[in-house]
Amino acid sequence: MSGLPRSTSAEDEFRDHSEASATATRRALAGGRNPRRWGAWYVAEHRFRVMRSYTGTVIVAGIGSPLLYLYALGVGLATIVDGSVGAEPVGGVSYLVFVAPALLASAAITVASEEFTYPIMLGYKWNPTFSGMHAAPLRPQQIADGVILSVTVRMFVNAVLFFALMLVFGAVPSPMGFLAVAAAVLTGLAFGAVLMAYTSTLEEDTGQLAMVMRFVVLPMTLFSGTFFPLTVFPIWLQWIGWISPLWHGTELARVFTYGYPEPIWLTIVHVAYLGTMLAVGWVWARRIAVRRLRK
Amino acid sequence: MKRYGEFAAVDGISFEVAPGESFGLLGPNGAGKSTTMRMVGAVSTRTAGDLAILGLDPDRFGPEIRSQLGVVPQSDNLDTELRVRENLLVYGRYFGLPRRFVAERADELLAFAQLEDKGKAKVDSLSGGMKRRLTIARALINDPRVLLLDEPTTGLDPQARHILWDRLFRLKEQGTTLLLTTHYMDEAEQLCDRLVVVDKGRIMAEGTPAELIRRYSTREVLEVRFGSDRNADVAEQLAGIGDRLEVLPDRILIYSANGEAELERITDAGLHPLTSLVRRSSLEDVFLRLTGRSLIE
Repeated sequence: MSGLPRSTSAEDEFRDHSEASATATRRALAGGRNPRRWGAWYVAEHRFRVMRSYTGTVIVAGIGSPLLYLYALGVGLATIVDGSVGAEPVGGVSYLVFVAPALLASAAITVASEEFTYPIMLGYKWNPTFSGMHAAPLRPQQIADGVILSVTVRMFVNAVLFFALMLVFGAVPSPMGFLAVAAAVLTGLAFGAVLMAYTSTLEEDTGQLAMVMRFVVLPMTLFSGTFFPLTVFPIWLQWIGWISPLWHGTELARVFTYGYPEPIWLTIVHVAYLGTMLAVGWVWARRIAVRRLRK
Repeated sequence: MKRYGEFAAVDGISFEVAPGESFGLLGPNGAGKSTTMRMVGAVSTRTAGDLAILGLDPDRFGPEIRSQLGVVPQSDNLDTELRVRENLLVYGRYFGLPRRFVAERADELLAFAQLEDKGKAKVDSLSGGMKRRLTIARALINDPRVLLLDEPTTGLDPQARHILWDRLFRLKEQGTTLLLTTHYMDEAEQLCDRLVVVDKGRIMAEGTPAELIRRYSTREVLEVRFGSDRNADVAEQLAGIGDRLEVLPDRILIYSANGEAELERITDAGLHPLTSLVRRSSLEDVFLRLTGRSLIE
């Protein structure tokens, strides 16, 4: 018996080919597993490595600027305020205690306006690292998530340093004060997510980002009950505070650091407002990432 | 098939690439090469048509497919905020590869890219050729099945191109599947086992470089110049010489199996070109034949 007829070489080849491609497919399915699960974290790792190149700036900004602000406003300006209005001029606390949580929240806004503007333009356009990430297995949504994740970490570190200095200055009477760190990070992220989404829509920076700094960030800092209570303004100017994430964040931080008296519903509104802004900005930023990278 | 509004950038391009093969898309700027590459790279959704990469649908399995690809984009997108070696480390992590593995692989690849002593350099301090080599090293960090190269040597000087070709040739020898676009004939001839000629989003011809030359051109080409203003007039008198004539603004191309013989016939006819040159047919001639235009305009 000569046995069964041999299969033709074409069939062999087909079998080899389909086996090889089945292996390739299996390899691909395995290769996608980690990036699908941890992709956002890999993006954050990249951001941390980049931030390492300006660690100096992060530290100086993290310690130096709160020191300057707390001293200049909380001690310097406070001497005049407290001196001319009395020892407990604003809502029954010293000016330092009043202004410190506001400075904490606006420090988070400062981090947001650094990290969610030019680095985003850079990633999409000037040095398109986002396209590089997307050519690797990362999805656009993960790129947006990773950026937000990394900034959250930086913002948290900054806020903790700031808060530590507030303690040193004796600006935190309440034992619940540490929650102000969370309030500040929430504030920075709420504003930051929307800012990131906006920056992501820019194909070209023809000064829009500078305008945002000048006509959004600066007025927001001035008119959000930061340096004086919002109620000082006539009612027709107070809306600026109500829509400002910084006002909500500052009031929230004040509730935590010195038990600023406000109705509980208003505290809930602060959290809800900031949370909503964060969610909307985040979803928007993800969508634009998909639109821009998958064209 | 890919449409941007009314414009079909890629209009029915269809090809298959076998494992280990080096396959080229040859065409002028705007032919749809890069768009095709983006679709194959699973970063651009197609408007219509079927596409399977490693047996998977890129719309559903983008990350899985991309985990097996190496991509060298047309313009370098190395991270200029990071150092040379760091670029490799960070990129390897995007594939979810363990840190230590990536670190070892980074050193191997720096050696492969002949950048061992540049590991700590800033990306911006590298020359154009070095940046390209680093981009290729980066694309190899995940040991890809397929390497996609979009115009790998555009903008490089001749020496840098040759170094790069040498590196790519080595990869080819090691069995990496290469898919590359180019508008350089010599590059296609050097690197591609098989190629398609693409123009206006369509495939004009497909085959090995030698096949394409045999099918669409003659063995030799005689190039003669009579001066820019006279070329067109003289061309009429050259009718009947060679298999085919192609009149370009600066010169006349005469296609023939024997260029020297044609040149003799021209001088015998009493015409004296300012310069003449007999050369082998190249893919440039194939392209000219297929589209009536030259590749680099």
